Amino acid sequence: MSGGGKWGRRLVIAVPNIWLILFFMVPFLVVLKISLSEPRIAIPPYAPLWDWVNGALEFNINFDNYAYMWEDSLYINAYLSSLKIAAISTLLALFIGYPMAYYIARSPEPRRSILLLLVVLPFWTSFLLRVYAWIGILKTKGVLNEALLWLGIIDEPLIIMQTNVAVYIGIVYTYLPFLILPLYANLVKLDDTLLEASYDLGASRISSFFRITLPLSMPGIIAGSMLVFIPVIGEYVIPALLGGLNISKTATGRWLRRWRW
Amino acid sequence: MSEHILAAEAKPWRDEMAKPFVRIRGISKFFGDLAAVDDVSLDIYRGELFCLLGGSGCGKSTLLRILAGFETPSAGSIEIDGQDMTGVGANLRPTNMMFQSYALFPHMSVEKNIAYGLLREGVSKSEAMSRTADMLSLVKLDGFARRKPHQLSGGQKQRVALARSLIKQPKLLLLDEPLGALDKKLREETQFELIRIQEDLGVTFIVVTHDQEEAMTLSTRIGVMDAGRIVQVGEPRQIYETPNSKFVADFIGSVNIFDGEVDVAAPDMMRVNTAEGAILCEPLAGLKARQKLHIAVRPERIQLSRAPLELANSMPGMVEEVAYLGNLSIYRVRLEGGQCLKVSAANGLHEENPITWDEPVFVGWSSTASLVLIA
Repeated sequence: MSGGGKWGRRLVIAVPNIWLILFFMVPFLVVLKISLSEPRIAIPPYAPLWDWVNGALEFNINFDNYAYMWEDSLYINAYLSSLKIAAISTLLALFIGYPMAYYIARSPEPRRSILLLLVVLPFWTSFLLRVYAWIGILKTKGVLNEALLWLGIIDEPLIIMQTNVAVYIGIVYTYLPFLILPLYANLVKLDDTLLEASYDLGASRISSFFRITLPLSMPGIIAGSMLVFIPVIGEYVIPALLGGLNISKTATGRWLRRWRW
Repeated sequence: MSEHILAAEAKPWRDEMAKPFVRIRGISKFFGDLAAVDDVSLDIYRGELFCLLGGSGCGKSTLLRILAGFETPSAGSIEIDGQDMTGVGANLRPTNMMFQSYALFPHMSVEKNIAYGLLREGVSKSEAMSRTADMLSLVKLDGFARRKPHQLSGGQKQRVALARSLIKQPKLLLLDEPLGALDKKLREETQFELIRIQEDLGVTFIVVTHDQEEAMTLSTRIGVMDAGRIVQVGEPRQIYETPNSKFVADFIGSVNIFDGEVDVAAPDMMRVNTAEGAILCEPLAGLKARQKLHIAVRPERIQLSRAPLELANSMPGMVEEVAYLGNLSIYRVRLEGGQCLKVSAANGLHEENPITWDEPVFVGWSSTASLVLIA
């Protein structure tokens, strides 16, 4: 390889590396530094980690923040609760999203594009507006309750707002496209003749699905689930708006309250 | 193994009383207005290696998929070993299919791929594994059990696919272009391997192929298909030597075709007028003067000489091109009427002064070499 090619190659590799160092590693180190400093009610709200005292470099490494995290069980509980909500939401999204992705991938070509368009269509509206719209649907005198009452399915309005159910509905609704798209991309590549071969060898359609389609779509399932699970752990707006005061259940809510932001 | 009666030797199709093993009756398949398979009826006998031969889009693959149960025919019925297959799903038919793309399950090892059919049938794991091992040695892949499909060469994948389709001991094995993805040398070896396995197991094979040479080598009989219809069924030799139409003559091997009309149709001889003059043929019953027809002559039936030939048909021409292929040479000879004839001749060893470009020559053939084609 020529010298120019080698430098060109290094340059290409350097660009994403510099990006990652600058915007991921540096902020992470800053957070790490803050976590080891002593908190203060001031600006900035923490003491410096190191200082020059009489010509000597003095470190003040403080593990109180870590100790506090364990002492006040609310932090651990909040974190576990976030994990739980994220895990359940991901599973719900998977159960709803898999059949949708499967159906789209199996549809004839022209219809596929329309269905995909419909999946991403909600992104054209502001995220916040869509969550507010759910309040209008789910509240005690909202669209859903009025409709169910009118149909005579229920006698009293359901209390959905301010509960975890509302949070799950909001999260699954918002994050579903992130699961459907990678899963669709995987399923659409599935070779039909594999299913025919399975069927031909005596497997039923259901058995073929579990033995062929499902294992082969694992990369799509994992990619889609990660795209839902990771952002939902840190999701704040949906629990705040739909879960009401219960946001104390999430780590973010706890943190905001502690620092009175 | 010799307990099977080899269809290749017994030739049951020559016996009018023989009971067919697969009966295809008036099968049609329409995709919209288009008939992919158009009223096909066919009898196939036990232990045959039957080839469905035709160009792309002739309906041969659709017919195979109907036999496998992947497509429902628009009309007609199929009977396998006396059982009507109407409404029987692919997973319940006594057939297995070997796919052109092999369709090996990429996430399973060779062993699991082959055992798949048995395990779905509820055969115990230990029995399935021992039968898998037998299959692996039948296709000469011992020691490959734990490999994944992507670690195999094309030829090895082909043999895994064959083993997987044979393990359930199907009554009928359907093979879609089984050698299509292999290179020429491997294809020739595999052809004989396929015949060996077929004769060892005595399973009836139906092979779809577009390669006439492959069909000639493999099959007990060939069914030539065109535009959804079977145009001729017969042993390879019959198809080659007595094609029933211009299409078949042209499709199987290479051929020179003259268009003409009957001049004299006597009981002991027939003369046909063509643009290249009169051609003598063997008489054919039921032909009258003025009837339009085609005369087909195979390139290897034509003799080439510098002097006029003492044959029923002899014509002067000019050599335009010579292709030397080692064992034989192909000559293109322009006749006086403007038609170009393909002639092939075996090459002798150290031939002195061979016929070459731009030489005036005579071409000739016997009256029996003139194949009369009405369609």
